[in-house]
Amino acid sequence: MAYKIKLENVHKAFGRKVVLDGVTLGVEKGESLVVIGGSGTGKSVMLKSILGLITPDQGSIKIDDREVTHLAATKRKDIMSKFGMLFQGAALFDSLSIWQNVAFGLIESQGMKKTDAKEIAIEKLRRVGLTPDVAELFPSELSGGMQKRVGLARAIATDPEIIFFDEPTTGLDPIMADVINDLIVECVKDLGATTITITHDMSSVRKIADKAAMLFKGKIIWHGPRSEIDHSNNDYVDQFIHGRADGPIQMEVLKP
Amino acid sequence: MNFLQYIGRFFIDLLAQIGRLSVFAKDAVVAIFSPPFYFRLLWQQMLHIGYFSLPVVGMTALFTGAALAQQIYVGGERFNAESTVASVVVIAIVRELGPVLAGLMVAGRVSSAMAAELGTMRVTEQIDALVTLNTDPFKYLIAPRLLAAVIVLPLLVLVANIIGVLGGFIIGTQKLGFNVSVYLNNTVDFLEAADVESSLIKAAVFGFFVALMGSYHGYHSSGGAEGVGKATTNAVVSAFILILLSNLIITVNMFGN
Repeated sequence: MAYKIKLENVHKAFGRKVVLDGVTLGVEKGESLVVIGGSGTGKSVMLKSILGLITPDQGSIKIDDREVTHLAATKRKDIMSKFGMLFQGAALFDSLSIWQNVAFGLIESQGMKKTDAKEIAIEKLRRVGLTPDVAELFPSELSGGMQKRVGLARAIATDPEIIFFDEPTTGLDPIMADVINDLIVECVKDLGATTITITHDMSSVRKIADKAAMLFKGKIIWHGPRSEIDHSNNDYVDQFIHGRADGPIQMEVLKP
Repeated sequence: MNFLQYIGRFFIDLLAQIGRLSVFAKDAVVAIFSPPFYFRLLWQQMLHIGYFSLPVVGMTALFTGAALAQQIYVGGERFNAESTVASVVVIAIVRELGPVLAGLMVAGRVSSAMAAELGTMRVTEQIDALVTLNTDPFKYLIAPRLLAAVIVLPLLVLVANIIGVLGGFIIGTQKLGFNVSVYLNNTVDFLEAADVESSLIKAAVFGFFVALMGSYHGYHSSGGAEGVGKATTNAVVSAFILILLSNLIITVNMFGN
């Protein structure tokens, strides 16, 4: 099967701490995969490894069947043009206005004229429910939810083929979280993009995912369609989706 | 951990740090000379490092030049050499105090700001965001800072030298009773081209280290607010040490013979 993104036996350790311990995962073109798992299970490291921000110690990562695991930064330009990413804290550039943030990829990477890029940026802001008057503000003048929307507008500004969402609803109230989930679904549907979302939020999984996977101790321990997540027959998945303290996943909590 | 292990670990860490810094410096210099070039950011950094440092550098040079003239006059009196004030002031300011004091003041002001800004960008994932937006952080963030500092520090030192000499001139003529034209003639007669050359070379080297230390420590900071604070401190301390060390090396090489 031809995968848009394919990871095979990916390992990554920081010193003695093993974070990814043989991750194997495939995402088909146009598919929305949601990766769940507790904090520190390696979800963000997996995304950063695909993006080339972290180099795996072992294993293979392919984008459109092209090996990118050890590709030098200078040779990643055409690969990186396929990506958009919404960061957990939005990661907007403080020194730039909102429209400049959204248009950044268009101006700096694609060399588009500022006036044209601004028009597209305002259109993308409208797409995520923000009015044009927000365009001239700076990130520090926006609420967390609005920053996430701007981050989403920036992620989709260049019409990328692949979009990553890093905990898109963390830190938001449930209503704003649902708004962001809806926007992600709409934007992804419009673009026909392939997406990987990492989250702890089960409402995101139920809304965004075509397929879901669970990462535990650096390994994918379950991978299947969203509809099967409630009947996975996997004790780890069951414990996680129901948020139970008792089960095979034991949190290291120091008790008095 | 016994004492020998401690020493061994210290030197291994030191060598690793020097290696990382060397690779970072090499990548930064390569980024300066390879497109795309961000002229708007270069201009912004030149203003930030140069123009906005003028007041603090100017005041430092003025007060130091004035104090120096007074000290040389008092010291010179002990062996009837009061007349050397103008010549000693100009040589001391241009060869040593102008570049070193300007370098240290700019390091305190700029290295810390660079480390704090880049450190905050690192811990809030803004640098990762740059990469995902297909923009090389070395070309966008590091190269403009490094190039701006190397261009602007010599200009700043030139101004500091003039203001420092002016400080000595004011004290010399207004308080110590030197004749204006004699003081100016002595200043010009004893100044050589090599003095100015060494001053400008030192300034460019100091500028490189100021920007390099600020960028390096900020770029590699981690661990939230505490990490950014540590990066800021390390940037200033290491810039100070490198300025003083490189000043010694350049001085010995240029004037040692």
